[in-house]
Amino acid sequence: MVAATTAKVLLRGLSVSYHGKPALRDVSLEIGEHEIFGIIGPAGSGKTSLLRALNRMDSFVSGMRVAGDIILDGRNLRDWRNLYALRRRIGVVFPLPVGLPLSVYDNVAFAPRLRGVRRRAALDEIVERCLRRAALWDEVKDRLKSLGSLLSGGQQQRLTIARALSQAPDLLLLDEFSIAVDPVTTMRIEDVLKELKHEVTIVLVTNLVQQARRLADRTAFLLSGELVEVGDTEDLFAGRVEDERTRDYLEGRFG
Amino acid sequence: MGAAPEIHPRPAAADRRDLAWWVDKSVAILVFTGGISAIVFILGIFVFITKEGFGFIFGSLDIGGFFGSTKWRPTSTPPTYGILALLAGTASVTGLAMLIAVPFSLGAAIYIAEFAKGKTREVLKVLVEMLAAIPSVVWGFIGLMVMNPLIINAFDVPVGLCVLNSGVILGLMAAPIMTTIAEDALKAVPDTYREAAEAMGATRWQIVWKVVLPAAKTGLVAAVLLGVGRGFGETMAVLMASGHSVNLPTSVFDSVRALTATIAAELGETSVGSDHYRVLFTLGILLFVVTFAINLTADLIVRGIRKK
Amino acid sequence: MSQFTATPRNHRQHRRQSVVKAIFLLMTVLLIVPVLLILTFLIVKGAPVLSFEFLFAMPENGMTAGGILPALVGTVWLVTVALLASVPVGVAAAIYLSEYAPDNWLTRAINLAIINLAGVPSIVHALFGVGAFVLFFKFGTSILAASLTLAIMTLPVVIVSTLEALRSVPQAFREACWNMGATRWQTIRKVVLPNSVSGILTGVILEVSRTAGETAPIMFTGAAFFLPFLPQGVLDQTMALSLHLFVISTQVPGVPEGFPYGVALVLISLVLLMNAISIGFRTWLRGRKKW
Repeated sequence: MVAATTAKVLLRGLSVSYHGKPALRDVSLEIGEHEIFGIIGPAGSGKTSLLRALNRMDSFVSGMRVAGDIILDGRNLRDWRNLYALRRRIGVVFPLPVGLPLSVYDNVAFAPRLRGVRRRAALDEIVERCLRRAALWDEVKDRLKSLGSLLSGGQQQRLTIARALSQAPDLLLLDEFSIAVDPVTTMRIEDVLKELKHEVTIVLVTNLVQQARRLADRTAFLLSGELVEVGDTEDLFAGRVEDERTRDYLEGRFG
Repeated sequence: MGAAPEIHPRPAAADRRDLAWWVDKSVAILVFTGGISAIVFILGIFVFITKEGFGFIFGSLDIGGFFGSTKWRPTSTPPTYGILALLAGTASVTGLAMLIAVPFSLGAAIYIAEFAKGKTREVLKVLVEMLAAIPSVVWGFIGLMVMNPLIINAFDVPVGLCVLNSGVILGLMAAPIMTTIAEDALKAVPDTYREAAEAMGATRWQIVWKVVLPAAKTGLVAAVLLGVGRGFGETMAVLMASGHSVNLPTSVFDSVRALTATIAAELGETSVGSDHYRVLFTLGILLFVVTFAINLTADLIVRGIRKK
Repeated sequence: MSQFTATPRNHRQHRRQSVVKAIFLLMTVLLIVPVLLILTFLIVKGAPVLSFEFLFAMPENGMTAGGILPALVGTVWLVTVALLASVPVGVAAAIYLSEYAPDNWLTRAINLAIINLAGVPSIVHALFGVGAFVLFFKFGTSILAASLTLAIMTLPVVIVSTLEALRSVPQAFREACWNMGATRWQTIRKVVLPNSVSGILTGVILEVSRTAGETAPIMFTGAAFFLPFLPQGVLDQTMALSLHLFVISTQVPGVPEGFPYGVALVLISLVLLMNAISIGFRTWLRGRKKW
């Protein structure tokens, strides 16, 4: 695989804590442009905290503190004056599906409207494209006006993915997106992610080791808030690991 | 790679404080002003009543006579301002009201929270809420027109506007509020407590007595405190139902006058800046400080529960 | 019960249980029924007085004849101006507390201030109204001064019910919006407020009910015992239903017996109707599923 020459995201000594309790300690790594970067690890290993820090949610979540540097496209996130503009470029999908109590259409048109898309035709086009990519279009195309919050759990999860795509993000953060989705749909979304890779840098947090193997170019293994190792996914799964704990985890011996 | 990669705006260019940012900032300041206004108002109340009462406190106030004398004669020459009888009036009426309201509202709260089910529960809750909405001037009117003749006939006394009348009225007024707060306190006890006791074979009553009441104790105390505060500060009902004569009561059939009612009855007759006018504001300061203390205590108690 | 064999102990417990339950039911009934009886009494005595003329004619002959129009109109004035002042401030305060306020001493101080605004006796609010609005700001005794006094007094009603409405919107919705780059205000405007506006309205109706019944705060700030005309603007004095009830039942000799009952009935119907609408609306809202 082509090693990323310019890092999309650079983490230097990143630590995250909630009300003084550390959740992530001193993580340094690079995420290359247009790669799918997998993050694996058991529950409580700090995966979600890493994503939240990338999206600067610390400014909204009380008690959340971030130390260290996150550099996106060569610019430290600390220096951003308009965090909203930052978040508009970053799509996030969290494990619990959240359909907003707006119509399905307005759910997907929310982010485009935030960045100033007003024309109906343009919005129609974005809504349809994103819903198709999230494998939801066929199920909701006849009821775009019904409430997104009343869809089924699996549908809401795909709606969340469609919303993240509608942001036209250049960085897409996915946190265990397949938890509420059936295997067939998961496969369809995985295919979409592989396509998207050419436009977007994707960080994929998953507790399904095989999903990381299928999708990720490189994978990081986190364990109780610390980075154990990062490597090419192929190498890790072929057993070329630096740390025995990685092998144990990949082979399902704990987690 | 085939296609040229899509060019994203460099981060520095995207990082502008745009209209949405400024609108958000302005709204934040606006709503902050709204939040702060509550503090401004409560301080304003204190400042303005102190400002008017100040002249009396530092001019003519004789602390011993003020609290120790029963002679409230603001229009005599020379006037005397002894509030002991007014304090006694407020205390006797509030005391009797609590004697009536506390057991009944706690009983009603226990019934609604622990025994009533489904529709009955909902109907009772709505009824209690509606009772709490009856304006105090209507309560006063009831004291005057309904309770007064009832007391005269039942106890064969010349006048029915007395401690008993206003105490009962005030009790009926305070009870719905105390019931609501006490019911909230009971509902705050986790169901797991009740289930655990039930699993050990306790009856509903044993559960209430041995498990729920001890667990909800502090919340119930807060409910009683807020009821006391309400009774202490009530004006119109007490003005109309207590008989309004300055008096140290020796029985429940004596007429009394409360602190609040005194202000309501006399403020209109005073001229701005006179001693009489200022002493009424001094009573206001007293009422403010006492209710503030009661509310603060109740709040600290409730906060203590939430921390646990 | 039936599948177990009844033992004597079981019987005794069961009987005691029923007795206890009956006692508490009795206490509840004793709390509610007398008041319902009194209300019925008010209706019986007041209803014969009520007529179109009673509601919509001017009082005559020193309030011993005619109707209550100026009091009715005055109460509408007072409530309207009070709402115009308190709803924007109260909603803003609730939005701050629910959506912006960090968990710090200042927020605790605001909450304490709100509790005390609700707890300070109404007559103290009246003193404040006299000192601040009538004298210091020189509004004189006027609808403006009385309404502002009422507004500050009932501010906690708006704040508390708005807060409840805002907090019923799940936090996950906010986080989803923030994640897409929405500002706090965009989130509030597009998702939080549309889903709590009916709850806020419930609180506003409740406030109407509270404001209309208050007497002490308006006695010295803007409400008059008797005025032979209707108010023309916010700097005029006005009559009010609540004060009118006090006046004709205690201060005026020669009022026909049914008159005060009629006023009491009008006032209480207004207040309870508003309250019932608010409760009904709330029940309807709770039954409606949006997520």
